[in-house]
Amino acid sequence: MVKPEIAQIWDWLDAVPDPEIPVISLVDLGIIRDVTWEGDMLNVTVTPTYSGCPATTQINEDILAGLAANGLTNVTLKRQLSPAWTTDWLTEKGAASLEKFGIAPPAKGVPARCPNCHGTDLEKSSQFGSTPCKALWKCRSCLEPFDYFKCI
Amino acid sequence: MDPLFQFLLRLGDNTLVLGHRVSEWCGHSPVLEEDIALANTALDMIGQTQLWLGLAGEVEGKGRSADDLAFLRDAWDFRNVLLVELPNGDFGQTMMRQFLFDAWNVTMLGKLMKSSDQRVADIAEKASKEAAYHVERSGDTVVGLGDGTPESHARMQAALDYLWPYVGEMFASDEVDAAMVKAGIAPDPSSLRDEYDALVTRVLTEATLTKPDSKYAHKGGRTGYMHTEHLGHLLTSMQWLQRAYPGAKW
Repeated sequence: MVKPEIAQIWDWLDAVPDPEIPVISLVDLGIIRDVTWEGDMLNVTVTPTYSGCPATTQINEDILAGLAANGLTNVTLKRQLSPAWTTDWLTEKGAASLEKFGIAPPAKGVPARCPNCHGTDLEKSSQFGSTPCKALWKCRSCLEPFDYFKCI
Repeated sequence: MDPLFQFLLRLGDNTLVLGHRVSEWCGHSPVLEEDIALANTALDMIGQTQLWLGLAGEVEGKGRSADDLAFLRDAWDFRNVLLVELPNGDFGQTMMRQFLFDAWNVTMLGKLMKSSDQRVADIAEKASKEAAYHVERSGDTVVGLGDGTPESHARMQAALDYLWPYVGEMFASDEVDAAMVKAGIAPDPSSLRDEYDALVTRVLTEATLTKPDSKYAHKGGRTGYMHTEHLGHLLTSMQWLQRAYPGAKW
């Protein structure tokens, strides 16, 4: 078997969307920590965003399916808890995609601007939102509520 | 019983029982934002439970999974502190209980990040980020309601008076804790009390609430000596499906 280059495999993984926020890839999300060959076995190291995130099982299945579609079936997924996932690992591409989709990307504690009108007069509605990784905010300029990707 | 197994059950049962209690609010909270927040908090705690009880099963070495430990043990085998099994009461009481637990959890997890057992340290590192977020929210809510209207203030004071006698158990020590201290796995719970009191006193003062004088502490949960009657009712609901249809999967 010809083993694809690691860089090629990262590209394939970058085509696997997050199941709950499909505008960003799993690579954008920063949860894929390592990809290595061990003989003919491909090891993919994945870290959870939140310990109770219900998408974890789906994410693992999507990784395996994404690699299988490119002919890689001898794959082992490894869970890594430490270092714990941080929003610092979100890629710039991912942050831009989030904002375009209407989700304010993680910033220093509070969202930088409204993803809809770019207004900065903002108000927190709830520390939690529709998924474990988000909080709910409101823009006082355009009055639209929006999701904010929690900074952890 | 292996003290490490016992210690992990205590951590995992705390988050399991409180996570389940908090999930009882799902669809019943005073406002939608709080409903979502409570459900998310419950989810984090159940996630932490999977990690702690998963490791407990591994340490025990009898092939029991986190699910087996959660759904197939009876009340006398649970090792959570009594505080977390108490009924939800009103929203204020739920948030007071959450704050009193979060403040302990975040303090304990901070210490466990330096555990000599790397598996414990890794879980603590993950969980502590979530716990820090939880205590910020529960603390803010205790302040908002405590220093709120006369009605909300009275309810929060009543909640504190009711729950305070259950705080002491979180700082009790026994031979399991002594074994954890000796192995460098965990601190003696009693050593966390000053840090906890400083955090709790700061929040309660801001909330204009009065910490009860009583030093009395109900106990028996973390040792399994005697739980309150509430735990059995909780388990009846939580474990019903696996008891009625053993091994059911979907």
